[in-house]
Amino acid sequence: MNIVVCVKQVPDTWAERKLKQGDATLDRESVDGLINELDEYAIEEALQIKEAHEGEVTVLTMGPQKASESIRKALSMGADKAVHLIDDALAGSDVLQTSYALAKVLENIGFDLIVLGAESTDARMGSMAAMLAERLSVPQLSLASKVEINGTAIKVNRQSEDGYWQVEAQLPAVISVVEKINEPRYPSFKGIMAAKKKPMQVMSCADAGIDTSLVGLANAATEVVDFTERPPRQAGTIVKDEGDGGNKAAEFLVTQKFI
Amino acid sequence: MLVERMLPSAEAEELVALAHGLARSELKPIASQYEAEDRFPREKFRLLGKSGLLGLPYPERWGGGDVSYEVYLQVLEELAAAWMTVGVGLSVHTMSCYPLARFGRDEQRDEWLPAMLAGDLLGAYALSEPQAGSDAAALSARAVPDGADYLLSGTKAWITHAGQADFYTAMVRTSDDGRRGVSCLLIDASTPGLAFGAPERKMGLTGSPTAQLIFDGARVPAGRRLGAEGQGLKIALEALDSGRLGIAACAVGLAQAALDESLAYAAGRSQFGRPIIEFQGLEFLLADMAAGVESARATYLEAARRRDRGLPFHRQASIAKLVATDMAMRVTTDAVQVLGGAGYTRDFPVERYMREAKVPQIFEGTNQIQRMVIARALRRTLQNDGTLRNSGTLQNEG
Repeated sequence: MNIVVCVKQVPDTWAERKLKQGDATLDRESVDGLINELDEYAIEEALQIKEAHEGEVTVLTMGPQKASESIRKALSMGADKAVHLIDDALAGSDVLQTSYALAKVLENIGFDLIVLGAESTDARMGSMAAMLAERLSVPQLSLASKVEINGTAIKVNRQSEDGYWQVEAQLPAVISVVEKINEPRYPSFKGIMAAKKKPMQVMSCADAGIDTSLVGLANAATEVVDFTERPPRQAGTIVKDEGDGGNKAAEFLVTQKFI
Repeated sequence: MLVERMLPSAEAEELVALAHGLARSELKPIASQYEAEDRFPREKFRLLGKSGLLGLPYPERWGGGDVSYEVYLQVLEELAAAWMTVGVGLSVHTMSCYPLARFGRDEQRDEWLPAMLAGDLLGAYALSEPQAGSDAAALSARAVPDGADYLLSGTKAWITHAGQADFYTAMVRTSDDGRRGVSCLLIDASTPGLAFGAPERKMGLTGSPTAQLIFDGARVPAGRRLGAEGQGLKIALEALDSGRLGIAACAVGLAQAALDESLAYAAGRSQFGRPIIEFQGLEFLLADMAAGVESARATYLEAARRRDRGLPFHRQASIAKLVATDMAMRVTTDAVQVLGGAGYTRDFPVERYMREAKVPQIFEGTNQIQRMVIARALRRTLQNDGTLRNSGTLQNEG
């Protein structure tokens, strides 16, 4: 089975994340990049599916040169090969354009199953699975907390707040996973050393047949009009209990429209 | 705080990042609780083994990582910063593999080393005895030849991982010929006639058991002797040179953790209307702590690079151990001062760090012994240069 895991490099969630003044795109320079956390679950699930059913796991990412760090991490966890879509024309692409670009690459490299993390910790759109499924005309099974594959049939538990649906489809398909699905493995030192020798294909827009007039910040369908930095934390209100603390606390909650 | 390191390759960076991530999510969150409950994290050592971290500085041929000491020690430092018990445990395990890796015959290495380096088996190192601590050559646990075996009797003391380890690299007396009467044996933990004393009730490192090994007619095949009969003390001391680098790295990690806690607390705590980190009294304390940590790191790395290049590093290893462990004692004590009353409580980890910093000044050669080693090495250098003439008068050349 040919499994492709789409991964995204995001700013370290332990660091303070910022948008750039000017074009309001993500400031990737000032913080360390990390593989998106849910994408590690996607990689783990792909590896487990491969271990149970044989096949090959390909990691696909779109991003600047730095994103190759995330590729190496995925390869050191055990993925077999990688494709890195990298082109200056892609800078500033929104989710619609990214799904277009990724779909083009996926058509090129072929797949039986595409595995994604359900959302990224930076943009948090959570819509990539749906967009890829639409563009590639394959079913999507999103928010999976469990995956079963039987021949060409795929069955997942689709997690919701109240429980889960069981949904089924035929491969090829796109799935997105939630963190309940597994426990991602740590890379091993041997994995790190082996990753060096694994094939990594670099693709440009031209290689993938991506029309550059449809991608990039200038052609994006959405626009960040304005943003405000998070205000510094204010000192809280101290309610001194002089026998009427309960009332004062309630009054405070009323002014904050909590009650 | 992420330590800024200059590592020799992209793979080394990924390896240290792996250790850092693993330490941050698997070790640090449970360390205080395990230490409070005297619980040994055997399962975490299995995880380290699975990740390939238990055999880093040994040859790939037997499943090691073929990593330089410069890189291995920084991995060790990251783990010790999250949990000293695990750092010291890894250092001890690495040292207990050394005699087999360095002095064993190929058929011995083929048989035992892969499982030791893969982390399936956890090691311990047994040199000290109740009456032979700093004076290691006075050891008296005895191995008497009996057919194709040795029969062991006697007691080894202060053994890290006693009762938890799967093998013990032990020095025992095979003849009365003083320093030349000691041999090194690789002893299986399940050997009949090997028993363990009650765990010592220690000031710190309570997550890691320390106890006596008691041999009473324990039968060990002569094929488990590493190196020649009588070579044991030389093997033990050579293993200690590398082990001391490990302890230096652990001490630096521990001090780094204390510094990180201090910085976080001092930035968050306000008095007189300002964060206390802005007061000069604390600024100077914190600056001295950072200077101590970073200079000790530089010292152990310099010794490690000498080892990696095949240069003598005996004196430098003792200097690194001395400097790093004395520094860690001072920095962890200062960390308690930075946190004030909070630092003295068990709700914050720095009082534990302070307790844990004490024993590295004592084990693997007390810091008094390190000074002896350093001074003797200096004297030997002079003798070799021919500078040391009669009556010990130093003369300047030129």
